[in-house]
Amino acid sequence: MTQLVFEQALNGLQFGLMLFLLAAGLTLVFGIMDCINLAHGSLYMVGAYFVAAAAQVADSFWIGLGAGVAGAAALGLVLELSLFRQLYRRDHLSQVLATFGLILIANEAVRTIWGAQPLLLNPPEALSGPLEIGGFFYPAYRLVIIAFGVAVAGLLYLLVAKSRVGMWVRAGAANRELTEALGVDVQRLFTAVFVLGAALCALAGGLLGPLLAVQVGMGESVLILAFVVIIIGGIGSIRGALVGSLIVGTVDTLGRALLPTLLRVALPADAAATLGPALASIMIYLLMAGILFFRPQGLFPARA
Amino acid sequence: MAFYRPASYQKPLALGLLMLLLVLPAVLEATGQAFYIGFATRILIFALAASSLNLVLGFGGMFSLGHAAFFGAGAYVAALCMESGISDALLAFPLAMIVAGLLALVVGAISLRTRGVYFIMITLAFAQMTYYLFVSARVLGGDDGLPLARRMTLGGLGLTSDGALFYTALGCLALVMTFLGRLADARFGRTIQGIRENEARMEALGYPVLRYRLVSFVLGGALAGLAGALLANLTGLASPNLLQWTQSGTLLVMVIIGGVGYLYGGVIGALVLLCLEEVLAGFTLHWHIGLGLLLIGIVLFAPRGVAALFGKSSG
Repeated sequence: MTQLVFEQALNGLQFGLMLFLLAAGLTLVFGIMDCINLAHGSLYMVGAYFVAAAAQVADSFWIGLGAGVAGAAALGLVLELSLFRQLYRRDHLSQVLATFGLILIANEAVRTIWGAQPLLLNPPEALSGPLEIGGFFYPAYRLVIIAFGVAVAGLLYLLVAKSRVGMWVRAGAANRELTEALGVDVQRLFTAVFVLGAALCALAGGLLGPLLAVQVGMGESVLILAFVVIIIGGIGSIRGALVGSLIVGTVDTLGRALLPTLLRVALPADAAATLGPALASIMIYLLMAGILFFRPQGLFPARA
Repeated sequence: MAFYRPASYQKPLALGLLMLLLVLPAVLEATGQAFYIGFATRILIFALAASSLNLVLGFGGMFSLGHAAFFGAGAYVAALCMESGISDALLAFPLAMIVAGLLALVVGAISLRTRGVYFIMITLAFAQMTYYLFVSARVLGGDDGLPLARRMTLGGLGLTSDGALFYTALGCLALVMTFLGRLADARFGRTIQGIRENEARMEALGYPVLRYRLVSFVLGGALAGLAGALLANLTGLASPNLLQWTQSGTLLVMVIIGGVGYLYGGVIGALVLLCLEEVLAGFTLHWHIGLGLLLIGIVLFAPRGVAALFGKSSG
């Protein structure tokens, strides 16, 4: 049991950190540009495909990861310049319609190029075994993901909270007109943020690739989770995205692993078997509804 | 956005269309295209579902991205009714509307406390929650959905033939559109449109804003439930796909294509989108790409929807 709890807690942490990579870009696009990007999940999917394809060609996971992230960033740049730049000033309905169109295009394009079968992405050979930590065993690759997540989260924190560009980003999120009036080229800033968001998507997609299947439609389910994260954390807040990701990742993972067992203590086995999975799958949504009920602006509202 | 006011040509046009639709099954039958009766029924059902979303989104100004929950719930209620021996639509359809309406009441009561983007996201999350609840419940068939053993009866008359179901869907749509037209032009419709335009002012005038919003949200949910029950009859299955958020997206796309806040926006949108799908799918397997490009094109070049191109229905 301890092994299970320990393992699931680490899994939750790892999942939460990957969610953070997705949510960080999304919350900035959302918060600063006031733009609903439903296609954020598609960037994650396309990024994962880029990584998997590049890794197959180069026969190395790490080269593939680098190439895939670079490719997704380039795609983000093209999308920002051609489409999203037009969308920022439009209403939410237009943004939803256009990005929904992007999802359709992305899914079909991926299916056309790589086929309907999931793509195989192997973790690096050296990391395929388990590692012993204080008497417990845990897959080495998952530990590397956690390390990656912590490092990127730290870098992002430094970038947003300590650097001049980060100051502009935060200023833009809090009050766009005033920031423009102070002479910040918000247009360029937007492009940079969007490209960074796309790169982070691909990084998450590539890192999760060996654990989950790289397949069409993988973006949609994770997109909803990323939305839940930024709603809980407060739109436009990086700190909120981090806290929200960790909460959602942990609650979801632990809920799925432990809830059916815990329910069996309190309920008859039959009812627990029915109720457990159902309750586990909706826990984060219940959590979100609860948080919104008491704090409609999320935990860390970016706009005061 | 302007207030809804029926254009002078709208009523004769709608009646003319209704007449045409009444003879459509006979014409299709005679020309050997009976397959298309089912397709036409599908369009009518989605027109109903999209119109119910248009009530919430277009008239009420509530940007809900979770409408599929009510649509799907209606389908599941129809399937459950069938399973438990309630096989008459006169009983099952109202039941589907009540259940979907109650679900909308719960979702709306919580969601309507939030504003803007938060509202969009929380409705989306509730729809996902409904989806996962339905998929994980074994009595509801899990991932496979719940099949209907056969089609329902309507006051004792069987709906087994495609024509009968077509007329049932047409009747439902005509009733609902008449109701929505009256509603939008009535005091209630004026009030929710007023709230859409300027919430603070309506609040200051003493209107219970939240209650008006909630009522239209619940009404929209109940009508979506009716559409879901019809669709379950058409396809013979209450599928979890109906509950997925992409379904909400599709309904939304229909309303936006047709024209947000125009009475017939949902109908036009459903017709245009489903016909486009059919035509594009005939040309190429990769028709999704064409559809996606088209959506982006609409946003960039015809932002107010197809109904707005015929402009006059706004005052």
